[in-house]
Amino acid sequence: MEQLEVLERKTETKLYCFHCGDECQDEIIHIDEKIFCCNGCKTVYEILNNSNLCNYYSIDESPGITRKHYIQRNYDFLNDNDLKLKLIDFSNGQRTQLTLDIPQMHCSSCIWILENLYKLNHGIISSKVNFLQKKIFISYQEEKTSLKDIVELLDSIGYEPQLNLDDRKEEKNKNEYRSLYYKIGIAGFCFGNIMLLSFPEYLSIDVAGHEELKRIFAYLNIILSLPVFFYSANIYFISAWKGLKKKFINIDVPLALGIAVLFIRSIVEIVFMNDAGYLDSLSGLVFFLLIGKLFQNKTYETLNFERNYKSYFPIAVTIQKNKIETTIPVEKLQIGDRLIIRNNELIPADSILIKGNANIDYGFVTGESIPINKVNGEVVYAGGKQIGSAIEVETIKDVSQSYLTQLWNNKAFRKDQEHEQESRIISFANTVSKYFTIIILALAVIAALIWHNNSTLAFNAFTAVLIVACPCALALSTPFALGNTLRIFGKNKFYLKNTFIIEKLAAVNSIVFDKTGTITENNSSSVEFIGEKLSDDEKTFIKSAVRNSTHPLSTAIFDSIDSKVIKIINVYDELPGKGIYAVINDNEIKLGSKFFINENQEEDVNDFSTKVFLSINRKVKGYFNITNKYRDGLRETVSELERNYELAILSGDNEGEKEKLRNFFGTDNELHFRQSPQDKLDFILQLQENGRKVLMIGDGLNDAGALKQSDVGISVSDNTNNFSPACDGIMDSESFYRLKDFIKFSNSSMKIIFSSFVLSLIYNLIGLGFAFTGMLSPLIAAILMPLSSVTAVVFTTVTTNVLAKRRGLI
Amino acid sequence: MSVIVVLICASLLVATGFLIAYLWAVKHGQYDDKYTPSVRILFDDEKKSEDRNKKSVVKNNSDF
Repeated sequence: MEQLEVLERKTETKLYCFHCGDECQDEIIHIDEKIFCCNGCKTVYEILNNSNLCNYYSIDESPGITRKHYIQRNYDFLNDNDLKLKLIDFSNGQRTQLTLDIPQMHCSSCIWILENLYKLNHGIISSKVNFLQKKIFISYQEEKTSLKDIVELLDSIGYEPQLNLDDRKEEKNKNEYRSLYYKIGIAGFCFGNIMLLSFPEYLSIDVAGHEELKRIFAYLNIILSLPVFFYSANIYFISAWKGLKKKFINIDVPLALGIAVLFIRSIVEIVFMNDAGYLDSLSGLVFFLLIGKLFQNKTYETLNFERNYKSYFPIAVTIQKNKIETTIPVEKLQIGDRLIIRNNELIPADSILIKGNANIDYGFVTGESIPINKVNGEVVYAGGKQIGSAIEVETIKDVSQSYLTQLWNNKAFRKDQEHEQESRIISFANTVSKYFTIIILALAVIAALIWHNNSTLAFNAFTAVLIVACPCALALSTPFALGNTLRIFGKNKFYLKNTFIIEKLAAVNSIVFDKTGTITENNSSSVEFIGEKLSDDEKTFIKSAVRNSTHPLSTAIFDSIDSKVIKIINVYDELPGKGIYAVINDNEIKLGSKFFINENQEEDVNDFSTKVFLSINRKVKGYFNITNKYRDGLRETVSELERNYELAILSGDNEGEKEKLRNFFGTDNELHFRQSPQDKLDFILQLQENGRKVLMIGDGLNDAGALKQSDVGISVSDNTNNFSPACDGIMDSESFYRLKDFIKFSNSSMKIIFSSFVLSLIYNLIGLGFAFTGMLSPLIAAILMPLSSVTAVVFTTVTTNVLAKRRGLI
Repeated sequence: MSVIVVLICASLLVATGFLIAYLWAVKHGQYDDKYTPSVRILFDDEKKSEDRNKKSVVKNNSDF
């Protein structure tokens, strides 16, 4: 009797997994009246059920992480003491504290289960989650459990921690963040109280007969302004000093000058002239500036823009010494070590294949995910991932000197710190303030010279010019406009590292794209059968045969055949690098390379397209032509960008898709194929030497050098929680078609800042009129300064929102 | 008029109290994570959920 297995995939009876909520497709597992899509999901449910933790499923519906593609990992290396010390935060021998990154957490249920870990492992004392940072803080008892047990536990319930050794700078960030909060709190407190004490002055209340009250208020104001001046405002003095030491005038120089002059003049007025001073304006200014800084400092805590190859590579490897397998941290790896690379493990250093069937996926290096078959004695390069059974290799190079990783020795990666500093110099606000400071200093001196007969008036005019000309509107409009733009981009799944990138993005005039994974979709390809027309039965045979193979080409063919019936296979064999052989109902099916199907035919060396040939019962039927699928909206994006930008394509791939790409990119734009990671970096460098400002858009490790070297490097990712190489921004692939809007909008933001600057100049001119005549009263200052600050803030936020709405970004 | 001086000193003291409370909150990490506690507060207490399980077990037994 013919065995048939019919897939239940009718649209009206779709079944969804109780654990992960995915549609159950291939198999359905019933347990406790619940349905699971795979064994993995069921196992997690059983673990939780045994510990009475099924509350997990009642907080959010189907909160689990699908286990369909789960690969069992070996965590033995966590027993290594050196490695353990690097991963834990603190230990006193009995109690250990540990912080782990868990990118999979996504809902309230995740928080609940992760904070109830102590029920699953009694050695865990407590666990606490920071959801926005996707981190878990665990403290556990050394004698009852171990690091390895905890990591295995997390992995077993679907929350595989990301083990990373170079994540140490976050502590510093946290302190910076907190100190900004302290400063704002203190400035706000003092600002409020100083304003309260200045009310008699604002309302011109007659305090005749109570002169001492006025004095008391004024001196209280001085006391309250001390922490504002010496603590809250000190970042501006420090930054201005640092700038001056490096001989450039940044925006903080005129700010610091304004703040200092305000303070000194107020003290002088209160102490010697029995006047009220401008301490309210001073504290208000500092308060607003700090709020602007907070607004600008929006960071995407879960995203990491600084990853290097170490984040992709395993932190430990299995080596074989004297026939004993041990795990060692990857940095202890030496040339000549014999490594065991298991299924789905990365090769950490260039090596020679010694034993086993190597089927290497160089997706990280070339962007091309179709595995390449290697034979013993051949060199396998670092960054390749073994697909299939375990292999043995012998390292021939250090980890850091390997083909891929030596990219990180390039100077593009070393100038990191300076680069960041430089970006500050070229920002619009800093360029303007350079001239601005010189002009206002000159004006102040002129004002003082005009009144040189009257020393009091000269002092007043000199200081008033510096106070009024303080570019607070400019200093405020930049963080608010750019901070808001950053948020608008974030809403559209385009995440930038910081606000300076927006200015750089607006200045770009060349755009370079990577091909695979960037302008093509990662996990889908278009499959076309060319040859004899296939009958429905034949289609079923093919689908049943490729179902057993995990090769990406097989998956692509499987997805392309629309057949709901799967037949049982009698004989099945997969020959790595060649193809698959299957016998179904006495029909012999062969799928694979041309040579594999027909041994008399030679491979066509000049044919670069991806073809899978098919023969049924030794009769060649034709071939599947598998091509990349380009992202939606690519054509519109390219034709729009082409008008204003120079475009180029760098592909790690062969020329197979050249004609198709020409279709999109026309004849004017450069297309380069077979580009190594180093070639890509050099190409960007060459463009920059010709005076271009380059935007690089890439995805994998192979683009890492180009992303780093370019003025703006943006990495495209299907899942922003995944690893992406060091870059300035991460774009969700769904938002790729909006690229042109993003670039245009960053241009608009710069125009808004410019307009706001013009607006604030008008205020400054009015204020200067008062200042020159020596008539700047505290009341006018108290009105004019906050008014210009508030206008700048309101103008920039409102206009960025209006423009974003017009472009459909919010 | 000296009553105003006393009042101002008192109000400053109260306000300082709030400032210290704010600084304390920042120092103890209350501003480090502004999302998770809002979810955590909504979880049922442990004992309640265990009781509920027990009750349902009892119910099942009574069915037999």
